[in-house]
Amino acid sequence: MALFVLKRALLLGLMLIGLILIMFTISHVAPGDPAAVAAGPDATREMVEVIREEYGLDEPLPVQFWIYLTNVLQGDLGRSIRTTRDVTHDLLRYFPATFELVMVAMLLAVLIGVPLGMLAAVFRDRGLDHAIRLVSVSSVALPMFWLGLLLQFFISLKLGWLPLGGQLGLLTERPPPITHLILVDALLRGQFDVFREALAHIILPAIALSAPALAAIIRVNRAEMIEVLHQDFIVTARAHGISQFRIVAVYALRNAMIPTLAMIGLRFGWMLGGTVLVEGVFDWPGIGLYAVQSAVNSDFQPVMGATLLIGFSFMLANFMIDIAYGWLDPRLREAQ
Amino acid sequence: MSAGSEATTPAPRRGLADWRQRHASTLRSLRLYAHTFSRSVSSMLGLGLVLLFFLLVLIGPWIVPFPEDARGAVNLDIKLQAPDATHWFGTDEVGNDIFTRVVLGTRVSFQIGLIVVAIALVIGVPLGIVAGLAGGWLRETIMRVTDVFLSVPGLVLALAVVAVLGPGILNAILALALVWWPGYVRLIESKTLALKSEPFVDAARAVGAGTARIVFLHILPNCVSPIVVKASMDMGLAILAAASLGFIGLGAQPPHPEWGAMISIGRHYLPDFWWYSTFPGLAIYLTVLGFNLLGDGLRDILDPKTRSR
Repeated sequence: MALFVLKRALLLGLMLIGLILIMFTISHVAPGDPAAVAAGPDATREMVEVIREEYGLDEPLPVQFWIYLTNVLQGDLGRSIRTTRDVTHDLLRYFPATFELVMVAMLLAVLIGVPLGMLAAVFRDRGLDHAIRLVSVSSVALPMFWLGLLLQFFISLKLGWLPLGGQLGLLTERPPPITHLILVDALLRGQFDVFREALAHIILPAIALSAPALAAIIRVNRAEMIEVLHQDFIVTARAHGISQFRIVAVYALRNAMIPTLAMIGLRFGWMLGGTVLVEGVFDWPGIGLYAVQSAVNSDFQPVMGATLLIGFSFMLANFMIDIAYGWLDPRLREAQ
Repeated sequence: MSAGSEATTPAPRRGLADWRQRHASTLRSLRLYAHTFSRSVSSMLGLGLVLLFFLLVLIGPWIVPFPEDARGAVNLDIKLQAPDATHWFGTDEVGNDIFTRVVLGTRVSFQIGLIVVAIALVIGVPLGIVAGLAGGWLRETIMRVTDVFLSVPGLVLALAVVAVLGPGILNAILALALVWWPGYVRLIESKTLALKSEPFVDAARAVGAGTARIVFLHILPNCVSPIVVKASMDMGLAILAAASLGFIGLGAQPPHPEWGAMISIGRHYLPDFWWYSTFPGLAIYLTVLGFNLLGDGLRDILDPKTRSR
């Protein structure tokens, strides 16, 4: 097992270097001068030269890559031109909000998707199955940002049930940080009214962000449940007179959950990507909004930094799934 | 084989009946495909939606009531009017007919989708075949690069590319194509690996067929089904991704009639002028839904082993 983990960790490291190489290449394929790109559209010639010096952009390409690589690995992601702030510092500040949103969205997708997938499998090819299929196909096809706008329009503006955007009301003070996750901090500090307010703010963006993952979870869980429900041990359980509910919700579900779990892990990365669409709609102060605002302003280093952070989180999630799989299924360890 | 059958047939007859006879087995399986496909409501719904939007792509410019409204006309006296008999989907903040712009937006979206998927195919399929056939360091290199590309959500990578190149429809297409090809490499590589050890490929090699012959006559034809299924799904997803870039403000720029860009302006006119962002969003939803259902339906008939039920 230790060897298995070590090998996977090594692969993770290589993938990260590969990702940094891709980002480096992207910044150099731009027509014109990478220093000018890094310095932004309004830079004077002196500023471009300062950037060129600072990032070693007058050196040969391999040396430049080495400088970039060592900088990134040391946590130096450059500076924003717009704000002159340190990108790493910014990302650390915005990441908790994104993390909190993704976690709640994933929780929603699992809590809704797993039962729906189960029901669809049990009522296969009947009305309920078709209705659930419509939900899952629609969740893929609905543009997340448009779904967000629809939710704002109906739930916030027409019905007034939930707030339009942001993490908390304008007048509410954030709980003193412990984990920097507002929901968790509010609970830990015993500020239940703040918790309720934060929860009200996070629901709509989380629903919008969870749509594609919901579809994927329903699909996988349905297919796996159908497969499992045909196996011998289910027939045996039936013959023993065990209730249908227990068979489906305990015996079958437990076996169907492993592929579903893998899908959930994979979806974390995609959700992080989805934040670039959803956070802007809901004024959610996370890295998605940060990346988009920087991209629109041709502020290049923050976009690169956010992409690297999202890519690395995605790789890390996959790494953890691999480890979990190896732990659950010893055959996979042997195969490596 | 064909040489032998020709020798026993006296004189090749010409005509429809003869053509039918020679292609009997192909026709039979096509009829079966059509039958299976048409019995599925969702497949037919998908096909219907895709055909409808393709029709709009073809005849759009001739049926829209105000063609000049897609080219930046300004009619401030009729701005932000609710849907009525003249303006079916209402008008926007400069008095342009939203119905016209949504219909002509179909062309923009389909162009982007087709180009992105085509570039992805042209890059991805040859790389996948090379990786599958070659093995060794060449395969390792291709597949590891593919893995790295697939390890970042495509939209985020596209965002980074557009941030370097600058906003605009061409750069958006370039960025999406750049992140779209790895999916095809992985698909075709696994398919090629599986086909490579099939008896009929061994047999072809044993009778002296060269690599080119094997690729074009044995590997590629067997890759067509999964490619068609994936390309159909990807048309929808590429259109969705392009609209997303447009919404962020990095794709097509106004007054170009692009759905995502329209929604991104329209959102500032919610809730009073709800029609502005509603109809372009509905167009995206129905297009992507159509391609998804079509892809699902095609998978069910072309690739029954991998289907989800």
